[in-house]
Amino acid sequence: MNVVITGSTVLTQQGEQRLDVRISNGKIIELSESIKPEVEDQLLDAAGCHVLPGFVDLHTHLREPGKEDSETIETGSRAGALGGYTALVAMPNTTPAQDSIPIIDFVRAQGKRAGLVEVVPSGCITIGRAGSALAPLADLARHGVQIFTDDGSGVQDPALMRRAMEYSRDLGITLAQHCEVSALTAGAVMNECSCSSELGVPGWPALAEELMVHRDIELAKLTGAKIHFLHLSTAGSVRLVREAKREGLPITAEVTPHHLSLTEELLRTFDSTFKVNPPLRSAEDIEALRSGLLDGTIDAVATDHAPHVRRDKELPLDQAPPGMLGLETALGVVLSTVPMNAMDLAKVMSINPARIAGISDRHGILPQVGQPANLCVVDMRAEWTVDPSKLASKSRNTPFVGRTLRGKVRHTVFEGDVVVKNGEAQR
Amino acid sequence: MKHLRSIGELGKEGLERLLESTAQMAEINRRPIPKVPALRGKTVVSLFFEDSTRTRLSFETAAKRLSAETMTFSVSTSSVNKGESLRDTVETISDMGVHAFVVRHKSAGVPWQISQWTSASIINAGDGAHQHPTQAIVDCYTVREALGLTALNGLRVSIVGDIKHSRVARSNVAAFTLLGAHVTLVAPPTLLPANIETWPVKVAHSLDDVMPSTDVLYMLRLQSERMDQGLIPHLGEYSNRFGLTETRAQKLQDSAVVMHPGPMNRGVEMHIDPADLPNSLIHKQVANGVSARMAVLFDVLARGGELNSLQEESV
Repeated sequence: MNVVITGSTVLTQQGEQRLDVRISNGKIIELSESIKPEVEDQLLDAAGCHVLPGFVDLHTHLREPGKEDSETIETGSRAGALGGYTALVAMPNTTPAQDSIPIIDFVRAQGKRAGLVEVVPSGCITIGRAGSALAPLADLARHGVQIFTDDGSGVQDPALMRRAMEYSRDLGITLAQHCEVSALTAGAVMNECSCSSELGVPGWPALAEELMVHRDIELAKLTGAKIHFLHLSTAGSVRLVREAKREGLPITAEVTPHHLSLTEELLRTFDSTFKVNPPLRSAEDIEALRSGLLDGTIDAVATDHAPHVRRDKELPLDQAPPGMLGLETALGVVLSTVPMNAMDLAKVMSINPARIAGISDRHGILPQVGQPANLCVVDMRAEWTVDPSKLASKSRNTPFVGRTLRGKVRHTVFEGDVVVKNGEAQR
Repeated sequence: MKHLRSIGELGKEGLERLLESTAQMAEINRRPIPKVPALRGKTVVSLFFEDSTRTRLSFETAAKRLSAETMTFSVSTSSVNKGESLRDTVETISDMGVHAFVVRHKSAGVPWQISQWTSASIINAGDGAHQHPTQAIVDCYTVREALGLTALNGLRVSIVGDIKHSRVARSNVAAFTLLGAHVTLVAPPTLLPANIETWPVKVAHSLDDVMPSTDVLYMLRLQSERMDQGLIPHLGEYSNRFGLTETRAQKLQDSAVVMHPGPMNRGVEMHIDPADLPNSLIHKQVANGVSARMAVLFDVLARGGELNSLQEESV
C-alpha cells in the first residue's frame, strides 16, 4: 500500500514547493504538483502544512531499562512520533547504563518492537557513567554506536576526558558533554541568582557550565576530536562556542526548548516541574541562546525529554529529581519563541541533529525521490493548548501546562509507515 | 489570613495587625490563668520534620492557651520512617479533621507544597534557609516593646553571622525593612547569599565597624558544619571576627539591644554570657514567642471570630 500526501508545501533543496508526495516501500517515489491517488492508497491531507524531514532528537531519556514506571521505549517513541520525530537518540543513563553491547542491543530491539521512530542508542563515555574508566568506545562504535555521553553528569576528570577524546578521534564517533563542574553545584536546586538567594536554596552558577565548555574547547583544540555540547544554558557558553567555531574547531552544540523559553523566576512557585539540569536561567541567557540558535552558533534544538513519575516530582524541591518532558511540545515551543521559517526549522530540528548523531544517511534529508520516507507534516501556524492529560508520555511533568503554542504536528511518516495521522498515533 | 508562609506574603499591613494582636495576647499571658476559649473546637497539628525546642513548644503552648486541640507529629515515631511520602502524611492527618498545620521542614518551599494537598491553614515554622515568619514577628514585637516604639523608621538593625543559611535572617530582613528599619548584614562573603546586592540591605564585613552605629544587634547561630564545608577556615577565626566578646560589646551604644534567635553557640558567636549583657532581649524573645504565635493562630483560625472570645473563661 502506498501513502500519498496531498495539498502540501514540501521543503526541497530548491526551497518550498507546492507538491504532493507518493511513498512506497519506505521510500519517496514521486514528488509532483498533483498526484492522483489509487483507491487503495492511504491519503494524508496536508493542506496548509509543510512536509519536512522527520525531526531528530539528540537528547531523549527513554528510561528503559530501569525506570519503566516513568517512561518506556514504546511510550517515549509514541510521544516522539506525535512530536514529529522519526529518530530519538536514547540517553545512556539507564539502569544498567548503556555501556555494553547487550544493553545497546536491548534498547535498539525495544525501539524496533515499538516501531514508531528509530531509537538510536548513545553509549557511555565511561563505564557505568562513573567517570573513572573509559567504556569500550571502539567495540560499541563497531557495533554502530555513533554518539557517546555520560549525560546526567559531565566527565569531571580532565585527564580522563583528554584520553576519551584522543582515543575517539579516529573512531569516527562524537563525544557529547553534559557541561557541569559538579564541585560547583553541590545540592543545587536552581540557577544561582537573586531568586535562589531569596529562596535560600543552593544555586547552579553559570560558571559551573562555562568552565567545562571552556575546558572541552581547549581539549578539542589539543586533540582534534569532535565534541558536542549538550543543552547549553548560559550566555557565556554561547559566547565561548561562537568563538571556538570561528576558529574552525569541530564543535557542535544544542539548546532545549525550555531554555529558549522559561526563566528561573518560575521556581518561586516551588513547583519541581520547573527543576531541571541545567537549570532555567535568566531572561538575558534566553536572549543569548535564541541569537545563538539563529546565527548558527547552536546547531540543534534537543529536548532533554526527562520523564519523572508524580511521586518523585512531589518531593520537596531540593530532593525532587531534575527534568521535564519535551518531545510533544518542542515544535510548538520553538515556533512560539524563535522566529523561524521552514528551512531554519528543518536545520535545527532535523538536518543538523541527524548529522551530529551520525544518521544522516536516513534521517534529516530534505524530501527527494528515492530517499527514505522519514517525514513529518506540520502546520506551522496552528495554535493549541498543552493539556498534560492528553500527552502520550507515561509521565506528566511538562512545564508548559495550559500554555498556548503555535505549531503542531499533523502527520508523521516513519520508514514509509504512517505512525501519526491527524495528530493521533496510529500504533 | 488563610496561611502564614512568608513575611513577603503577609505584607506590611498584615505584619502590623499581628504585632497589635501580639500585644493583646501578651496581656492574656499576664493573667493569673492565661487561657481563653478563642479556638475551642479547632485542631492544630505540629508537623515537625526537623528538631526544634522553642518553636514547637511555644506553638503548642500558644494553641493550648487559646483552647485549641493539639496534635504533635514527630518524624522519629511516624510512618515517614516506613517510607510514607510527604503528601500521604499530610493527606492522612488532614483526613482526621485538622484546621491548621504548623510545619517545619529542612527543605525550602514545603509549606507551599503542603497547601496544595489540604484545605487546612499552613503556618510556616521554618522551611530550609527560606523563611521563619513567626520568629520575625516575635523579634519585631520584642524590639518595639523594648524600645517603646511603634514604628521602626530609621532604626539601625545589624544582623551578624551565617546569613546564607539562615531563614531567620531572610524573614527578619523582610520584616524589619517593611517596618522602616535599615538593615545591615555583617558576615564574611562566604556566608552571604549570592546576588546579595539585590537585597534591600547594606553589607559590612567588619563587626567592629558597625557596632557603634547599631541600635539592634542581632546575632545568628553559627553551625560548626560551615567549617566542614570550607565556608570559613576555622571556628576560632570566625569567632575572632564576628563573635560577641566582652570588649566588642563595649563598643555598643548604651541604648543598643542584643538579640539571638537561639539556640546559642556559646564560645562561637556568643563569647559573652548573655546574662552579663545589660541590654539583652534574648529571654524576652522566648517569652514573647508564645504571644506572637497565639496572635498568628488566632488570625489564621478565628477568621470572623469575635474578639470577646479572648475574654477570660469563667471558672
